[in-house]
Amino acid sequence: MKNYWWKILAALLLVFTVTAGLLTEVPRLAILNETIRNLFFHVPMWFGMIIILLVSVVYSIKYLRNPTIKNDVIAYESAKVGILFGVLGIITGMEWAKFTWGEYWSNDPKQNAAAIGLLLYFAYLVLRSSFAEQQQRARISAVYNIFAFFALIPLLFILPRLTDSLHPGNGGNPGFNSYDLDNRLRLVFYPAVIGWTLLGVWIVNVKARLELLKQRLYETV
Amino acid sequence: MNCLKAAVNNHFTINNKQPKVTFAVNCALPLQQNNRIVLLKEILYLIQKDLVLEWRQKYAFNGMLLYVGSTVFVCYLSFGLRSISGQGLVPVWNAVLWIILLFTSVNAIAKSFMQENRGRLLYFYSIVSPQGVILAKIIYNTLLMLVLALICFVFYAVVLGNPVQDVPMFLLTILLGAVGFSTSLTMISGIASKAANSGTLMAVLGFPVMAPMLLMLIKLSKNALDGLDRSLSLDELLTLLAINMIVVTVSYILFPYLWRS
Repeated sequence: MKNYWWKILAALLLVFTVTAGLLTEVPRLAILNETIRNLFFHVPMWFGMIIILLVSVVYSIKYLRNPTIKNDVIAYESAKVGILFGVLGIITGMEWAKFTWGEYWSNDPKQNAAAIGLLLYFAYLVLRSSFAEQQQRARISAVYNIFAFFALIPLLFILPRLTDSLHPGNGGNPGFNSYDLDNRLRLVFYPAVIGWTLLGVWIVNVKARLELLKQRLYETV
Repeated sequence: MNCLKAAVNNHFTINNKQPKVTFAVNCALPLQQNNRIVLLKEILYLIQKDLVLEWRQKYAFNGMLLYVGSTVFVCYLSFGLRSISGQGLVPVWNAVLWIILLFTSVNAIAKSFMQENRGRLLYFYSIVSPQGVILAKIIYNTLLMLVLALICFVFYAVVLGNPVQDVPMFLLTILLGAVGFSTSLTMISGIASKAANSGTLMAVLGFPVMAPMLLMLIKLSKNALDGLDRSLSLDELLTLLAINMIVVTVSYILFPYLWRS
C-alpha cells in the first residue's frame, strides 16, 4: 500500500476525469458549445507531455553527471511516453480545430510549432537508433535530449504568443482562464492533469523496469 | 605543452598527408595565465587554423560556391522567375532564397566535424579545451556562412532580379540568418558526426531546430523586401537574438560531454 497508492490514485482520477469530463455541466458558449470538454482531454496531454519530457531531461542531465544504465533507460522511456502524449495532444487538438476553426490543420502558428516540436523528438528516436555502442548512444542522445528540450520551450511557449494565433491564450485571444474556466471546469481539469501525468509516470516506471530486467538478462546469458 | 604553436606546427609537418600549415600568431600560453585569456587565445588560434586549412584545401569552399551557383541557376531555369518583381511573386522569391540558404548551410556546416580525422580530434582533445573548440567552430562557421550567404544573395539578385526595397535591413537579416544557422547547426553537426549515417541525421536533426529561426527570418526579410518601417521588425529581431543566445549557451555547456566520447 505504501508504494502503490499513487497508482490507485491515478486510476481513480482517470475514471473520474472520463466520466465527469463527458457528463458534467459545462458553460454554454457560442462556437465552442460542447467542444469545451476537450479542455479535459487535450490540455492535460500537453501538460503531461511537458512534465514527462522534463523528467526525461532531468535524467539525461543525471546521466551526464553519473553515467549509469538506469538513468539512460529512464530518460529514453520517458521521452517515448512524452512523444506519445504529444501525438495524442496533437490529434485531440486537430479534432477540436475541425469543429471550431473549420479545418483539421489551418496553418496556425501553435499547430505548426507543436508539429516542429514533435519532429525534434522523432529525430531523437532516429538519433538513438543509429548507434550500436551502448555508452556512446546513451551519452550522445542525452546531449541531444537536453538540446531538444531547450529548443522546444521557446517553440511552444514563446513563438506562438508573438504572432496571430487562433489558439486560446495566444496572439491576443483570451485563454480559457479569463472568462470561462469557472469552478466546475477546474474541478475536472486539475484532476485530469494530475491523473494523466501519473499515468505517464506509471508507464515509464513499468517500461523502465522491464528494460532494465531485459538488460540484466542479456548480461547473464 | 609549453607552446601550442610549436606543437601543432610539429604535428602538421610530421603528418605529411596534411597540408603544411604555418602560423603567424604568437601563441605562447603560460599555464599560469588567466583562464579566460587562454580560452580567447585558443579560440583565435583555432579559427585561424580553420581558415588556413580552408585556404589550403580550396576544393571544399569552391565546391560550396559551385553548389550555391548551380542551385540558384536551377531555380532560375525551373521557376522562370525572371519577371517576379513585377508580378507580386515577392514571397516566392523570398522563400526560394531562404530554402537555398538553408540547404547551403546544412551542406557547408555538416563537414565542420566530419572532415576532421580521428587522429587530429584526439590531438586537439589533448591540448585545447572543448569550450574553445565549439566557440571557434561556431565563429568560423558564421564567417563561412556569411561569405556564402552574401555571394548567394548577390548572385540570386543578379540572376532573378532584385525586388528588395530596404537593402541594409535585408543584409542585416542575412547576417542574423548566418549567425543563427551556424550556431544551431554546429552543435548538430558535432552530434551527427558521431553517428553512422551522419548525412541523413544532419538533415533530420537540423531542420526542426532551424524551422522556428527560418520562420522569423522569412518574416524579417519580407518586411525588408516590402520596405516596411524598421520598428515593425524589432520584435522578430530580438526573438531571433534570444534564440541564438539560448542555442550558444546550451552548446557551450553540452559540448564537453559530446567531445569526451
